[in-house]
Amino acid sequence: MDKVITASNLTKQFGHFTAVDNISFEVERGEIFGFLGANGAGKTTAMRMLSGLSKPTSGVGKVAGYDIHTQSELVKKNIGYMSQKFSLYDDLKVWENIELYAGIYGMNDREIKEKTDKLMHELNFERERDLLVGSLPLGFKQKLAFSVAIFHHPQVVFLDEPTGGVDPVTRRMFWELIYKAAEDGITIFVTTHYMDEAEYCNRVSIMVDGRIEALDSPMNLKKQYGAANMDEVFQKLARKSQRTE
Amino acid sequence: MYAIEAKNLYKNYFSEKSGKFAGLGNSKTQYNTNLNSPSGDLGVGVSFEVNEGEIFGIIGPDGAGKTTLFRILTTLILADKGTATVNGFDVVNDYREIRKCVGYMPGRFSLYQDLTVEENLKFFATVFNTTVEENYELIKDIYQQIEPFKKRRAGKLSGGMKQKLALSCALIHKPTVLFLDEPTTGVDPVSRKEFWGMLKKLKAQGITILVSTPYMDEASLCDRIALIQQGRFLNIDTPQNIVNQYKNKLLAVRSKNMSKLLKDLRSNKLYENSFAFGDAHHLSVNSLEFAISSLEEYLLKCGHIDIQITEIQPTIEDCFMEISRDVARRV
Repeated sequence: MDKVITASNLTKQFGHFTAVDNISFEVERGEIFGFLGANGAGKTTAMRMLSGLSKPTSGVGKVAGYDIHTQSELVKKNIGYMSQKFSLYDDLKVWENIELYAGIYGMNDREIKEKTDKLMHELNFERERDLLVGSLPLGFKQKLAFSVAIFHHPQVVFLDEPTGGVDPVTRRMFWELIYKAAEDGITIFVTTHYMDEAEYCNRVSIMVDGRIEALDSPMNLKKQYGAANMDEVFQKLARKSQRTE
Repeated sequence: MYAIEAKNLYKNYFSEKSGKFAGLGNSKTQYNTNLNSPSGDLGVGVSFEVNEGEIFGIIGPDGAGKTTLFRILTTLILADKGTATVNGFDVVNDYREIRKCVGYMPGRFSLYQDLTVEENLKFFATVFNTTVEENYELIKDIYQQIEPFKKRRAGKLSGGMKQKLALSCALIHKPTVLFLDEPTTGVDPVSRKEFWGMLKKLKAQGITILVSTPYMDEASLCDRIALIQQGRFLNIDTPQNIVNQYKNKLLAVRSKNMSKLLKDLRSNKLYENSFAFGDAHHLSVNSLEFAISSLEEYLLKCGHIDIQITEIQPTIEDCFMEISRDVARRV
């Protein structure tokens, strides 16, 4: 199995403050990897380093075969990213958003057209194709945003709390899209505050105070911490946090 | 007197672009078969009452109408139809009185990012014609957790700390009713639990709390809840009563291959109401037609091992999904 993400002693300091403290881990191709942690634990900083947006203070990392320190532009070309805070342009139509993002990732017009048709059909979005994204209900937007994030078939997609605030049924449909993408060979790196979603991951890591305090499959973590579910595992680990922020 | 009373509230944000109704209430007659509201409402708007000292939860996903409802009740926008009172004051005619006695924490962090923690608190106290010292006892438990950072700019706080600051600012003038619009969205499970602990303490001080959340597990922490979807209330009751009203039998099903298990369940018409629920799949069945032994037989035939099937009590999330499924079928 090859490793799509490797991190060795990755550290990020802001002045005297160490946001990410010497983390090391690997993610295999096609894995659904859950990246959990309390607010302020260092998750976002770590994700920003892995997606080529921020340079590490020390340590090394490789994503999709490229070094995150020296080849960050190549990292960006080979990943997808979806965040709850920002995804698509509300004042552009559905197809316009796809064309914009696909173009930025270097796909040619013919590819874009073919794939757009296919996607609209798969998502049952044919009627919504010409609508402004801002007029879509949140559940539709989430599914579309995810599809756009993987439109250029990146090796790995980073999902930053993709299902926040969405209704229970749509949340599950979203995870079915994630499973399908993983089956297609796309590696999924996802953060979430829904502990039931942690159960859907192959492996999960939990960050506390900048360090990785646990990394294993949900089943093994529950055994290790004598917990009935991932919420209990999280409560046990995160409560040890020294950082009150 | 009710702390909050709403009668037939209706607000329509008709969208030219999508041609769809959005907002509160419904363009059709409200689906209200499950409502236990004493006002016995029939009509296009939403109605409900909140008792003094209650923690009342509005539970539903984004776009359901929660924020619209809060903005109407806190006198920030006008409803198209219907009436509402807070502490006996009318939201339209007596809005000034209401604004003096309610605390409001809106959905997104809306304090001043470039003011420090203590500057924000002082600002809100002053705006309400009081001082931080006057009502400090009320916020002490909460504020003490962020007090070490009082000289830090609010924009530089983590999510959990922003919540605590926003809550302190909403309480600084000693309101009798607190409106919290999705206070825990985007906050990690540990901080969420802490936050609800703080709410319980405030309730003990006699403050009425109307709180909205998309997290169904928080529903069980409320005295009563209203399930809301697409501008309509699906049900209003205590969490326990809602669970008791669950019509079907609910099972937790597990096997060694969970992904295959879900596919196999769904592909059989008898078991199509199955959903992933973390470490187990929840299967909703009509109790009269169902036998665990047939399900087990079916799964064995599909090649599953380590099969576990147990009957479980539904959670609010299960109930929400069942009710919204019923509503979708009727439409």
